[in-house]
Amino acid sequence: MQRIGVFVCWCGSNIAATVDVQRVADAVRSEPGVVFSVDYQYMCSQAGQSMIVDAVKEHQLTGLVICSCSPRMHESTFRKTAQLAGINPYMVEIANIREQCSWVHKDIFIGTQKAITLAKAAIAKVNLNTPLTSGESKVTKRALVIGGGIAGIQSALDIADAGFPVDLVEKEATIGGKMAQLDKTFPTLDCAACILTPKMVDVAQHENIRIISHAQVEEVGGFVGNFHVKIRKKARFVDESICTGCGLCTEKCPQKKVPNAFNLNMDHHRAIYIPFAQAVPKVAIIDPDYCSMLKNGKCGVCAKVCSVGAIDYQQKDEIIEEDYGAIVTATGYNPISLEKYDEYAYSLSKDVITSLEFERLTNAAGPTQGHLIRPSDGKQPHTIVFVQCVGSRCAANAEKGKEYCSKICCMYTAKHAMLVRDKYPDTEVYVFYIDVRTPGKSFDEFYRRAVEEYGVHYIKGMVGKVIPEGNTLKVQASDLLMNKQLHIDADLVVLAAAIEPDRSARPLATMLTASMDTNDFFTEAHPKLRPVESPTAGIFLSGTCQGPKDIPETVSQASAAAAKVIGLLCKNTLKGNPCVAVSDEMMCNGCSSCANVCPYGAITYESKEFRMPDRTTRMRRVAKVNPAVCQGCGCCTVACPSGAMDLDGFKNQQIMAEVDAICK
Amino acid sequence: MEKNDIQNTVKEIIRISGVNPKKCIKCGKCSGTCPAYDEMEYHPHQFVSMVDMGDIEPLLESPSIFKCLSCMACVDRCPRGVEPAKLIEAIRSVKQRMQGSNHMKPDDIPALLDEELPQQAIVSALRKYMK
Repeated sequence: MQRIGVFVCWCGSNIAATVDVQRVADAVRSEPGVVFSVDYQYMCSQAGQSMIVDAVKEHQLTGLVICSCSPRMHESTFRKTAQLAGINPYMVEIANIREQCSWVHKDIFIGTQKAITLAKAAIAKVNLNTPLTSGESKVTKRALVIGGGIAGIQSALDIADAGFPVDLVEKEATIGGKMAQLDKTFPTLDCAACILTPKMVDVAQHENIRIISHAQVEEVGGFVGNFHVKIRKKARFVDESICTGCGLCTEKCPQKKVPNAFNLNMDHHRAIYIPFAQAVPKVAIIDPDYCSMLKNGKCGVCAKVCSVGAIDYQQKDEIIEEDYGAIVTATGYNPISLEKYDEYAYSLSKDVITSLEFERLTNAAGPTQGHLIRPSDGKQPHTIVFVQCVGSRCAANAEKGKEYCSKICCMYTAKHAMLVRDKYPDTEVYVFYIDVRTPGKSFDEFYRRAVEEYGVHYIKGMVGKVIPEGNTLKVQASDLLMNKQLHIDADLVVLAAAIEPDRSARPLATMLTASMDTNDFFTEAHPKLRPVESPTAGIFLSGTCQGPKDIPETVSQASAAAAKVIGLLCKNTLKGNPCVAVSDEMMCNGCSSCANVCPYGAITYESKEFRMPDRTTRMRRVAKVNPAVCQGCGCCTVACPSGAMDLDGFKNQQIMAEVDAICK
Repeated sequence: MEKNDIQNTVKEIIRISGVNPKKCIKCGKCSGTCPAYDEMEYHPHQFVSMVDMGDIEPLLESPSIFKCLSCMACVDRCPRGVEPAKLIEAIRSVKQRMQGSNHMKPDDIPALLDEELPQQAIVSALRKYMK
């Protein structure tokens, strides 16, 4: 039998004003197991805590019930107090009589009644509590960053600077991501490449960072502190360790008609190419879909001109296996496909482009060397229409588009409009908007400059349709403030396409058992207080894989994720949460229901020999929980049809006892 | 109209059309896409806002409700699935169901008939202009 002490806190007048604390203390005195009960002004104060320690010694208490605020607030405080008094910290239960009683009830009678009931439930539970101890596991002091855009670069640099080795996995041939494709950046208009490429070089030169480019994560096992990851480094048919990046091969290759993905297929490169001048690693790569040597064994020009002999047509995919303590996801975004948007004629006219294509068209390193020309005829456009929210802010059940605001479009469109008016002042620029959203430092000032100083026409209303007619694009739109329908003959239409998480994120989340929302953005452990961590321990979120964000926000989040990783890798061992699921092998029938619902991949199966009543032995498949991975969510205990799964600290029996106490 | 009548009529319009005007984010794509825009005194986006605000009397009196072509372009392109054309259709029905607003009696038709007029148009006109 437990010897339980009940401590009722007033929380000043926070609780005492709506709960008769003395009555609560008196009412529970006769409950089974209770040998002592008292009320006090501030239980969490030094004096309150020493009162608990003294009571434990005086009355030889074995379990504590604290009637106070939410366990989120002070459960850990009172667990430490218990430990100080020499009893197991998991012998403490909190009855939340503040958030659940005094703060929600006005009537002192009802508040007190409920507080007594909650206290009795907690007492009933403590009667069945058993001491629990946390397990320990070692931490591998190496981090994996998945995605080499600005988010991944920043996270990798920060972790590496703290002295931990980092592997940076990038699926493209070079790191840099979307930011490398941008021209200028809002709201300061500094050039993206000028601020990004030095960081890319820092990554390449950092002694603690290994870049694994043209690679993808294939398998993830293990748990926080001890992940085991398989990475497939795809063949690039060029030996990375030898290639100097001189680029001779990319000039001599006879296959000139390969769409240039970096320039969004607006021009071509050869079958062997370097994605862009500042690529990191600056190593050539062969596109096996176009190379005639790889396709039909004829050519070999690149191998002939390469002075260092780096070309290797026989190169195979390589599997890299490594252990990591922490994983950062930085998988980024893509603009959505606009194929379904017939009303904007994106698929019908070359002169209807996306904003990202516009970035390449104004970029000095882009397909037009920065001259803004129409993709169809190479002429300079004189009237440009920008359309905002294309595919953003749609109904949840809409056939096309996303429900969320893509966040960055208002600002980059203001930037595009401003840049056009600055470079080509005789161009008429119209921006059709639903709302202009500019929350951010110096953001609204930037937008106002576009209107007031650069004379961009901002029109409240959406474009209804774009009809290509001869050389012009007939734009029909409504001006809601003028209450007029507008008809504009435009030369170029730029669509601010919604952004969506990269397609690689969903399979990655499955491998990591990290949760995602319905839009395939990674979910955070707490939307406000733990925004850079996944609910899965050891997985951290960096950049747009968590939600739409601009560069400054991405960099802050990347550094925040890095700080969390460093905090984890600094530890030699990790103490687990002892409230984990346990399976009763005798009752388990190996049905897999628990493993199917486990969001963390903590449950595996093993075949075990069991002695049967007739003295024979039989092999049976039974569930096994990895306590280091289990987060104690309890899904499995509910899913288990035979009742074999139970949760330490929250046993079915304990919960039923609480329910009984409440219903009595 | 009495205040109560207006409220009931708004409810009726919303019930008939199945449209929830609260879903509208006032982007104006419906009016941007409307081919009958210049014919109309009130435009598709105004219909949605005005029904939402209970300001339906001007709509019931306006010829705009008969100018809508029911081409459904606004329904197709509305990013929020508000379906303005259905709302206009509902207001038209409410108007037609009101006492004394007959535009046409079956007896008037023979005089207006045209050899070339397709049968379907006559039926549609009857439905549109009769109580």
